Amino acid sequence: MSTDVHQNFFVVDPERSQLLSALWQHQLQDRHISREAIKRLAEKYQLSEIEIEGVVSFYHFFHLKPAGKHTIYLNKSITAELKGFERIRETFERETGARLGFTDPSGTFGLFATPCIGLSDHEPAALIDFYPFTNLNALKVKDIINKLKEGNSAAEICDIPQENIRYTPANNRTIFFAPYTRGEAIAKLATLKQDGVLEQLKRSELSGRGGAFFPTWKKWDTCRSYATSPKFIICNADEGEPGTFKDRVLLSNQPGSVIEGMIAAAYTVGASYGMIYLRGEYRWLAKKLEEEIEAFHAQGLLGKSIAGIEGFDFDIRLELGAGAYVCGEETALLESMEGKRGEPRTKWFYPVEKGYLQLPTVVNNVETFAAVSRILQLGADEYLKRGIPGSPGTKLISISGDCERPGIYEIEWGLTIAELLELCGGKDPYFIQVSGPSGEPISIKEKFRRISMLDLKDQKDIRCGGSFMIFNSERDIVHILMNFSEFFKHESCGVCTPCRAGNFIIQRKLERLQNGLADMNDLKELKSWGNLMKTTSRCGLGKTATNSIIQSLEKFDDYFTGRFAKTDNSIIRKFNHQLAVADYERYKP
Amino acid sequence: MATCSFWIDGKKYEAEEGTNLIDAAKENGVFIPSLCYFRHIDPPLGTCRTCTCKINGRNDPACTAYIHEGLQVEVNTPELVDMRKALVEMMFSEGNHFCPACEKSGNCNLQHMGYELGISVTRFPHLFKDHLIDYQPKRMIMEHNRCIKCKRCIEEVLTTDEKRVFMSLNRGNETMIGIDYEQEARLTDEQAVNAMNICPTGAIIVRGKSMAKPFGERAFDMVSAQKQFKHNILEKPNKGNFEKKTIATVSLAGCFGCHMSMLDIDEEIMDIAELVSFNKSPLTDIKNFTQRCHLGIVEGGCCNTENIETLKKFREMCDILVVMGECAVWGGLPAMRNTIPLGECLEEAYLNCVTSEQGENTVPYHEDLPKILDRIYSCNEIVKVDYMIPGCPPTATHIWKVVKSLLWGEDYSLLYSEFKYD
Ligand SMILES: Cc1cc2nc3c(=O)[nH]c(=O)nc-3n(C[C@H](O)[C@H](O)[C@H](O)COP(=O)(O)O)c2cc1C
Ligand code: SF4
Ligand code: SF4
Ligand code: SF4
Ligand code: FES
Repeated sequence: MSTDVHQNFFVVDPERSQLLSALWQHQLQDRHISREAIKRLAEKYQLSEIEIEGVVSFYHFFHLKPAGKHTIYLNKSITAELKGFERIRETFERETGARLGFTDPSGTFGLFATPCIGLSDHEPAALIDFYPFTNLNALKVKDIINKLKEGNSAAEICDIPQENIRYTPANNRTIFFAPYTRGEAIAKLATLKQDGVLEQLKRSELSGRGGAFFPTWKKWDTCRSYATSPKFIICNADEGEPGTFKDRVLLSNQPGSVIEGMIAAAYTVGASYGMIYLRGEYRWLAKKLEEEIEAFHAQGLLGKSIAGIEGFDFDIRLELGAGAYVCGEETALLESMEGKRGEPRTKWFYPVEKGYLQLPTVVNNVETFAAVSRILQLGADEYLKRGIPGSPGTKLISISGDCERPGIYEIEWGLTIAELLELCGGKDPYFIQVSGPSGEPISIKEKFRRISMLDLKDQKDIRCGGSFMIFNSERDIVHILMNFSEFFKHESCGVCTPCRAGNFIIQRKLERLQNGLADMNDLKELKSWGNLMKTTSRCGLGKTATNSIIQSLEKFDDYFTGRFAKTDNSIIRKFNHQLAVADYERYKP
Repeated sequence: MATCSFWIDGKKYEAEEGTNLIDAAKENGVFIPSLCYFRHIDPPLGTCRTCTCKINGRNDPACTAYIHEGLQVEVNTPELVDMRKALVEMMFSEGNHFCPACEKSGNCNLQHMGYELGISVTRFPHLFKDHLIDYQPKRMIMEHNRCIKCKRCIEEVLTTDEKRVFMSLNRGNETMIGIDYEQEARLTDEQAVNAMNICPTGAIIVRGKSMAKPFGERAFDMVSAQKQFKHNILEKPNKGNFEKKTIATVSLAGCFGCHMSMLDIDEEIMDIAELVSFNKSPLTDIKNFTQRCHLGIVEGGCCNTENIETLKKFREMCDILVVMGECAVWGGLPAMRNTIPLGECLEEAYLNCVTSEQGENTVPYHEDLPKILDRIYSCNEIVKVDYMIPGCPPTATHIWKVVKSLLWGEDYSLLYSEFKYD
């Protein structure tokens, strides 16, 4: 993605790091990665072909077979399913002549399903040739396909997703959407010095917004303490957690403050190179980001001696993911940037010590960087005026599902679920999934819990990573859980047994529940196996994959009672006879 | 390097600083199960998770931990023991392991680990995913049904010019280990055999090289970290409170091998006849139950509707229900068809096979014929099973010991050697 100027700057990368961009080029040009392409790449990087194929087959936007002149990805996240995924799929199939998962006979259209594309506030949505199309309905789909058939390009006819910033704290207390002037935060660096920056972050108690909430100053301080060079700053813009789209809106509305946060990090830890790892689903945002990077260069805010600070050289380039939720996990992200399969590393070293290319690396979320530059710009004192003591500041929340006003809500920490539901016009809320499928489901009975980083014990307050999906009382919980389970089964990197096999096994159990075959024993096993995955999986994906299931079973008694048959004296198990002989009955003369 | 003290389950041990925890534990006589761990691979793979312990308070794999002063490890708490066992069980339900038909049997780390951890049945549903058997490589056969994706081959098997031969493909539950045909052909014979040997399962087979060792000399024939139990031969129960019991037996979707094995008790069958009488059973040729029985023994799983009815009848008529043999326990050999849709199986058998008549166009179907199920079901999926005797087949002593201990409540002691069927 990077222009020549940057390439010269980035002298440290081994060739292999460019593998993903090379694959992207082939995918876009030939609509698949051909055998010949694999052969050529293998020769170029001195690898065996199977190694390239391993990378290609890991990412779901790379295809080994032609994926159509126009490649269509339908979002199949739970919100899309509830907003009419099935109808949209049917219409696409009818209009294009392609069945889901295939291309039409002429190879013009390829139709695929993909997990959340970060447009939950515009469902049903799809990506066509990696451009967004939102709020789809049968008529609109028909129109789109006709236009494509007439020779228009997806770029010409795509939608520009609205930012839907629905709420910011009253009386100009917004942090993220305050007026922004390029360079304002950077201008503070020279006076604050490294220690001053860390001090500001420490006082504002900023913790990582990628979901783990690790104190940002601590991460930076540790990275700073290593003498190894060069160091790297990586902005994690993989935003894969279904129902989350706050990073999308930040990147589109506030790209400057994100970049400034990265520059502040580079200054503090002594890093020379920065990368934004943008998820493939947000390819349509790449141009905007590159323009912003250029604008920083033009103002001397990137490159050599940034803002006149002698010896402060730093540049940023953009890297594109290619469809893999697990690449949001920081060590998987590093592997992916090195041109490999996005498999999380074993946790010997943290990236701050050995990250990209085994060199010290800071990985932070988009929102974290944006918060940093705002804290520097406004000052920690001002920041501390928001939120509640012990949990200061504001948080971006992406709301979707059954509510009147889906979109981005910048809330001050300390708001209650009930207040948030009021703001967004929640319709008969019943089951709320906080922080995405890997987060926790809460029942409307818990609506007086505060959203904060305090009192997390005993389920008093609740943290929110950014996704807030509302489901009304008509929605089927098992259906929701099946959707999550399918997501994890598909998105597991496959490296470790409990997650690779476990998610598959858990799904079989849920199928039993869905088919009315489950008994109390299944309930017990679901919980126990969920716990096994949590304890033994390598990374957060496997560790959290069964959270929602286990917690729903505990919290939604009223829903689940009666769905698990009592086993006390049933010596004959439930068995679906008809289903079991259905295949054979086809041979009845 | 300095010698450090570390603690396992509250006991103090010593080892060189930086030693891998698995090795350090082994040197000190503590067994930590492991499958993917392979001494030379650095950093360790950490893929199988069967070595999960509590290390300084966190659940982590032992193979990715190193000895340092004061390291605290919990290895044998009941939860950890059960979790490690569960992980190995998971591998058996994820792959399709038919040990009686496997070249690696007796030399297989996975099978060995199954024995060591005392697995008799997996608690998980078998996934019966259809995996490829790849005959295309020049020298090797890749049996994907048996691969546990440990990644040893990826890291260890390189051509002389350092190119990888194996690599993971796809992801999630579709993950498999691909082999590069071109690079495979460039391996030396020695390198190829090494690939087969480092594979902890029978997934990599080198043509013509597999059955190198006779029974008794295979890698795991005599090795066990488990204590050998004392041998107890079949003794008659104490005559004092003796009461003759009735038993029923049946073979469903099995091969009668388990029944033959029951007869393997030789002349001791006479003793057994004194202790028990048989009701419905192929041994007596009594077709229908004539009375309620103390114990029912079932061989084989369910492949058709008649099997299901019979099994339910057994459950109703017997106080205790025992299933014997792998087929009854989880499906066994007949379950080889479970990865293939029923239609394909039937059409191959009746319409398209070499011995079918020209122009044959019907698959047998008649009201009087039992209906064939979409897959083999284990007995436990249809009725509640009280006890399972694994083995293919279990030995006579094993079966009768179970019977005896169940009927007369005697202590059951199982020999490691009795339990090893490979
Ligand atoms: C499966 C998985 C997916 C993740 N996805 C993301 C993501 O999309 N974006 C993100 O910023 N962090 C994600 N994370 C968290 C990152 O590993 C890491 O903690 C984060 O980028 C650190 O930044 P922060 O300290 O600013 O939060 C994910 C973690 C896991 C385990
Ligand atoms: S937990 Fe899942 S995603 Fe994470 S390393 Fe293991 S298999 Fe991969
Ligand atoms: S690989 Fe091992 S466990 Fe699997 S079938 Fe072969 S011997 Fe049995
Ligand atoms: S083929 Fe063998 S060595 Fe390779 S991953 Fe599979 S089980 Fe491990
Ligand atoms: S031996 Fe430790 S994870 Fe496999």
